[in-house]
Amino acid sequence: MRTFQIAVLLLLFHLTPAHAGKTLDQVRQRAQLVCGVSTGVIGFSSADSQGRWNGFDVDVCRAIAAAVLNDADKIKYVPLNAQQRFTALQSGEVDLLSRNTTWTLTRDASLGLHFTAITYYDGQGFLVPKKLRITSAKQLKNAEICVQSGTTTEKNLGDWFKAQGIKVKPVVFEKFEASIKAFFSGRCQAYTTDASALAFIRSKEAPQPDDYVVLPELISKEPLGPVVRRGDDEWFAIVKWVVFALIEAEEYGITQANLEQMKASTDPAIQRLLGTAEDSGKLLGLERDWAARAIKAVGNYGEMFQRNVGSGSPLKLPRALNALWNKGGLLYAPPIR
Amino acid sequence: MAQRLAGATQRALGATLMKPTTRDWLRRNLFSNAFSSVTTLALLAAALWWLPGLIDWLLLQAVFRPDAAACEAVHHAGACWGVVAEKYRVILFGRYPYEQQWRPLLATVLLLSVILASGLRLLPRNALLAAWTLALPGFLLLMGGGWFGLGRVGSDQWGGLPLTLLLATLGMLLALPLALLVALGRLSGLPLLRGLCTLYVELVRGVPLISVLFLASFLFPIILPQGYSIDVLLRVQAGIVLFAAAYLSETIRGGLQGVPAGQHDAAAALGLGRWQALRWIILPQALRAVVPSMMNSAVSIFKDTSLVTVVSMYELTGALSLALAGDAEWRSFHLEGYLFIGLIYWIGCYSMSRFSRGLERADGIPRAAA
Amino acid sequence: MLLAAALVAALWWLLDVTAANMAERGIRSGFDFLREPAGFAIGESLLPFDSTDSALWALAAGLANTLRVALPAILASTLLGTLIGLGRLSPNLLLRGLCAGYVETLRNVPLLLQLLAWYFVVTDLLPLASEALQVAPHVFLSKSGLAIPWLGGDAGVFDLPLRGEMNIVGGATLTPEFLALFLGLSLYTAAYVAETVRAGIQALPRGQSDAALALGLTRVQLFRLVLLPQALRSIIPPLTNQHLSLTKNASLAVAIGYPDLVSVANTTLNQTGRAAECIALIMAVYLILSLLTAWLSAWLERRSGRWAQRS
Repeated sequence: MRTFQIAVLLLLFHLTPAHAGKTLDQVRQRAQLVCGVSTGVIGFSSADSQGRWNGFDVDVCRAIAAAVLNDADKIKYVPLNAQQRFTALQSGEVDLLSRNTTWTLTRDASLGLHFTAITYYDGQGFLVPKKLRITSAKQLKNAEICVQSGTTTEKNLGDWFKAQGIKVKPVVFEKFEASIKAFFSGRCQAYTTDASALAFIRSKEAPQPDDYVVLPELISKEPLGPVVRRGDDEWFAIVKWVVFALIEAEEYGITQANLEQMKASTDPAIQRLLGTAEDSGKLLGLERDWAARAIKAVGNYGEMFQRNVGSGSPLKLPRALNALWNKGGLLYAPPIR
Repeated sequence: MAQRLAGATQRALGATLMKPTTRDWLRRNLFSNAFSSVTTLALLAAALWWLPGLIDWLLLQAVFRPDAAACEAVHHAGACWGVVAEKYRVILFGRYPYEQQWRPLLATVLLLSVILASGLRLLPRNALLAAWTLALPGFLLLMGGGWFGLGRVGSDQWGGLPLTLLLATLGMLLALPLALLVALGRLSGLPLLRGLCTLYVELVRGVPLISVLFLASFLFPIILPQGYSIDVLLRVQAGIVLFAAAYLSETIRGGLQGVPAGQHDAAAALGLGRWQALRWIILPQALRAVVPSMMNSAVSIFKDTSLVTVVSMYELTGALSLALAGDAEWRSFHLEGYLFIGLIYWIGCYSMSRFSRGLERADGIPRAAA
Repeated sequence: MLLAAALVAALWWLLDVTAANMAERGIRSGFDFLREPAGFAIGESLLPFDSTDSALWALAAGLANTLRVALPAILASTLLGTLIGLGRLSPNLLLRGLCAGYVETLRNVPLLLQLLAWYFVVTDLLPLASEALQVAPHVFLSKSGLAIPWLGGDAGVFDLPLRGEMNIVGGATLTPEFLALFLGLSLYTAAYVAETVRAGIQALPRGQSDAALALGLTRVQLFRLVLLPQALRSIIPPLTNQHLSLTKNASLAVAIGYPDLVSVANTTLNQTGRAAECIALIMAVYLILSLLTAWLSAWLERRSGRWAQRS
């Protein structure tokens, strides 16, 4: 019996962590990229009735799968809610988190994660019913504001109104559906979330879109981008540079359609990017044409934006901050050389 | 035949002797004293006041066509059952691919019929065992696919009624053996084993299910060694099993302790070993005595599955909000949706509790002290 | 006592393993974040709370909110449940049927669904805050809840609610979230309390009622003087269990936006990413509540035993 007791103890204390393998090797070995996405944000990541995922964040996954595995469809999508997302990445359940996640110091420094690059510059805004005749967020004194839990949103709300010396009452919901339902039933005087989502909520979720307005203020900076685990610099570099490659491609005018012609280009920068001259892939541990594969799968950054959230989508978001640096935006990729 | 005749004679005799007139019946049941009379009149008045409006809303003014404009037109004076007609596929099957929804339908029918067959004792014991061992893999095969030309459908797309049924059925089936072990552990002579089992039971019973689900859903991946990952549905299912087992084990322990000490002695006197006595003498009596309480636990588990919607799974309750909250046209008819799925839950729970009361009466099992 | 110590030890051990795992992965752990400012606001709070207060204080406010809804709901469900339980034993068929119908309906539908339905009814049927119903002087009812005068305020002894630009200002507000949670928890638990009371009374020997009635006691006297005192002994333990479940069920607040302990801990978890710590805190608080209740129940049982002997 004593042996039995010792066995139980041993079993209990056996649960010690194992060491992580290199992510790139694991992805290649199983011939599949495991990508953490949201449980459904139209335009960024959502599944259609067939269970096929699409959206801006999903295209980032596809570009990386194409660069690494030469097949943009070899992806397993793991839908994660706000609380699940970091633990899923930390624990190795997903290789990559591409799920409208804001880059902040706390997250970058204390969660065992690395934010790779910014794929979308967002900001937090407000949606209010038109009949309240509010034109500025500063008029929201004593208002009740519906908000979904699990985002940076609640903290921004606290910070900004504190700074303005205005008291507001947040009504916090666990689920997106519940928060939307409460707002449109008139429970709150305002709804707050990232501006990119507000446009969608106004046009698709409101009973009468014209009865609601988005206030002009953005009360926070919300840089969104893919996140990887710490301790694997090789994988960190791959994700980062695939994103940069997509931005570079737009800058050099390389599109999904003209990719093959561009391969014949004599511009050294394009040759480097597409792997027709130097082998930039070798440095990343990838094949020569890694960037070309990514572009072939999802197009350049501009195409990706236009198709999912821009003028070619129901969201019709303007490029604004997400235009290239030489077109008045903030997108600036380090040179690929 | 003779028995039936005797019964009929008795009834006829009783009727002539008692001759309960309507008047007597009314007096005894509705107007036995002043207080009772006032209550009856007050309740009747309330019924006259409320019922017409309720019937109006439920049926007469209700809109049954899936027509949002017609629903909007009656201005909530009548229920909009059209919302169910319009959205029943999402409510019942969640995000499961639309063209493939015959699969969850078939899976649900399969599982339900095995459950019904067990409850109504339609099959002999061996056949029942076989039916269960076929039904569960069959259910998972139909839902998940990947074999026999069925396309793979990831568990993140499962939803609605089949998911609720799966969580409840597996929850109960897997919790039972675990609960039995824990109950035996709590009664064992080994202090460490007894302590561990007691600890587990008290720990789980002391916290809300939602915290266990949070643990399973958000935290479990960190506790696991890196590189290992478990499907979130499996984790949540494990959470439900662990939670249910703690409560079930207390029920079973009550049953085990209720077996008279003489039974142990008698078994020992017959030369049976400890395990033999347990298997053949003690357990059958103990389990039989607690079947009704176990049915109560089954009802609780069935209701508790609704909580997984909080960790972003679209079972029946979650599927309803998926269907309605995201659709501006139908959003204001949530109440009808709640009533619809409420009815589904109610049918399930009520038949289970009726079943357990039937068992109590049929087997003459004394009501277990709660 | 030994059990409590063992529970704490087990929790500590679980945390230790998880912490080791997390350290390996470069994840910060520990409870230091509790002293940092919470950073988020809480919609309604019994304790004074501001977004610059510490996360620990936020959790305390959450716990206070849990108790704020649980304690009145315990009271209401016990009263209502006792009445319904007695109603099920009434000689009046209609009353008996009504009470049985209540119990069978409420017990057989998940609480979460009932809460969602109550919340929908409260928020959907009431008028907008800008068009609030004035039920009585300075009492307003709207989608923003029930605003009532309350002690304190700048002006004098009473803080009176007034119509503001877009919302009711001043006074104390019972929010729709609170109202829905209170209603849902009370009505649901009342069904279980009713069954407990009924079982307790039915377990008494029939002779008790017959003897009391023969002595000329009225039915009210029979219940008050003979049946309830005796039944209390067997009712109290399952009743405190019901109260404990009610408190645990209050955690469903997270689904309808009431800032209870679980909801605040959940927000803290999102802000700090400290999943293990926040979930451990929720569990620890509920465990302590359970142990306290168990202790209270034992104490009550001893008292009621003495009371039954006296009367």
